[in-house]
Amino acid sequence: MTDTVESPVLPDTRPILSLAGLDAAEHARRLGPLPRLGVEALIQLAEHSGLTGRGGAGFPAAIKIRSVAAGRGRAVVVGNAMEGEPLSQKDAILLGSVPHLVLDGLELVSRALGASRMVLAVGPDVPSRPVEALARARGVQVKRLTGGFVAGQETALVSQIDGRPGVPRDPLVRVTVKGVGGKPTLVSNIETLAHLALVARLGGDWFRSAGHPDDPGTSLFTISGAVARPGVVEAARGSRLADVLASAGPVDPAAVLVGGYHGAWVPASALDTPLTRAALAPYGATMGAGVLYVLDTHTCPLKMASGVARYLADEVAGQCGPCINGLPRMADSLTRLANHGRDTRLPAEIDRLRRLVTGRGACAHPDGTARFVASTMATFDKHVEAHLAGYCPSTKGGRR
Amino acid sequence: MTRLHVDWTRCDGHGACAELLPELFGVDDWGFPVSRTADRDPEVPRALEERARHAEKTCPLMALRRI
Amino acid sequence: MTEALWALGRGTGIVALVMFTVTLVLGIVTRSGRPVPGLGRFGVADVHRTAALTGVGLIAVHVVSLLFDPYAQLKLVDLLFPFLAAWRPLWLGLGTLAVDMLLVVTVVSLLRHRVGPRVFHAVHYLTYALWPVALVHSLGSGTNAHASWFLALAASCAAAVALAVGWRILPSYAGRGWQRTARKVLP
Repeated sequence: MTDTVESPVLPDTRPILSLAGLDAAEHARRLGPLPRLGVEALIQLAEHSGLTGRGGAGFPAAIKIRSVAAGRGRAVVVGNAMEGEPLSQKDAILLGSVPHLVLDGLELVSRALGASRMVLAVGPDVPSRPVEALARARGVQVKRLTGGFVAGQETALVSQIDGRPGVPRDPLVRVTVKGVGGKPTLVSNIETLAHLALVARLGGDWFRSAGHPDDPGTSLFTISGAVARPGVVEAARGSRLADVLASAGPVDPAAVLVGGYHGAWVPASALDTPLTRAALAPYGATMGAGVLYVLDTHTCPLKMASGVARYLADEVAGQCGPCINGLPRMADSLTRLANHGRDTRLPAEIDRLRRLVTGRGACAHPDGTARFVASTMATFDKHVEAHLAGYCPSTKGGRR
Repeated sequence: MTRLHVDWTRCDGHGACAELLPELFGVDDWGFPVSRTADRDPEVPRALEERARHAEKTCPLMALRRI
Repeated sequence: MTEALWALGRGTGIVALVMFTVTLVLGIVTRSGRPVPGLGRFGVADVHRTAALTGVGLIAVHVVSLLFDPYAQLKLVDLLFPFLAAWRPLWLGLGTLAVDMLLVVTVVSLLRHRVGPRVFHAVHYLTYALWPVALVHSLGSGTNAHASWFLALAASCAAAVALAVGWRILPSYAGRGWQRTARKVLP
């Protein structure tokens, strides 16, 4: 396996997107053939590269592959293109622009694990037409599944593939041990698979040449909100938030929501924060699936957040009591606050509810929602004070 | 040392567990068990082992498991 | 000897009927998630299970003692296959039917952690059929059936079950089960 540091073939900062639109022949010409790797070689390569999952959880790829390899029975490999996060568009972009790379990733991992099945799980908001014929030709089964915010969650996804309702299962039994059809299953976001397909050809050192020592490589970011040019960009992990947003042209930012609806806010005063785990930790944020939403100074953050909280409450799978009951209550309280409710008990009630729902469900939906709400209350504390006094600092003209 | 795991896809807040193990579980606004320890799956001290076994057997929805 | 067996057979049958009445009513109370003073919620579930297992034990004695009692004319096949008996085949047959259902419910309940909630729940519904079949069996085949004390007992059991089932189907029952609905806050 070659371990070159720079690749003359791909630009450092946007290796994936630079391959956009190539047909199969050009793709193969540019990158060379897909290496055939055994499972040990693949795990070592993944470890060396330091690749972490790009689907939101950020779990080290090597560890996941290793645990599936250790499972009993022939593995199943699933590419997760569910795009459950409404603000995200990267799964759609990946399937539309670099389908060969995604399929390469699936094939690479499947061969190494000796998998019996390759599945591409596609959500309703992701066009699969571009990739269906290609996938079939390479033995990948494309499954169009019903969506929803939690549908892309690992166990929910596996349930749906198995023909059961797409709701999460008790996390005690990991899908890496018993997943699709009861077999050890690797569920990987398609961006992760795409990166893996490049690492296999260009090496771990190449991957590490971009990004941060603790979080190497590049990542796709979906930028939306108060920006002149919303869309998907690719940037090195650990880049400064301002640099990643630059090409999109943020307009009058008050804060940026990092990590989507389960993420946290970084105020405009801190836009030079590098997008690393350590630097984001004080804000309670993680990169998640790379969603960056810009809130401008004229939009009330509490109104925006209460809309998100209501959406998240509607998107519960409907299985777990604390979530079914707690999320709507929390959203209600936040909405009352957003509507200039003068009840001074509201912040404490919101805080109580978000603590109550955290960690009490079969999946991380209540936790993520609680995190978003907590971040909103902390970041926009001045707004909270103002709303309790009956006005909103964001509205033109001030007092209502 | 065993822990008690709540399968949230099965639990409907019946409440036998919280009655049997008030040291480990409280009850929330809607009757669902809340771990009183810092962990979501509370550890079972030696003295409570017997009651924990009882709770696992008694949950009518089979939502409690000793792990 | 046969008198003793006959008495044992009838006695265990009658007490079993009471046990299963208690079981069914407490099963409904268990599902409701409401506590009973002195028992709590876990106590209700415990007594429900204890009454059920006691009933099963009593039925085992009931069946075996009647098997050995020449008056009942039971053959081994009558224990599992209904309506083939020599004496009062219809009423005895209902008893056999009840035993068949009891066997299934008991085995599945003891293995509930293995078969999973869906199967356990579905099979458990059989108890709503089991109880009336057992009651009718006792009224038809029991030689005490016409005694007023027995009729009073049977009527009380039936009343208890009717009340419990009536409550069960009311919307305000709002039990704790495997179906999900958002709940009102506890008072």
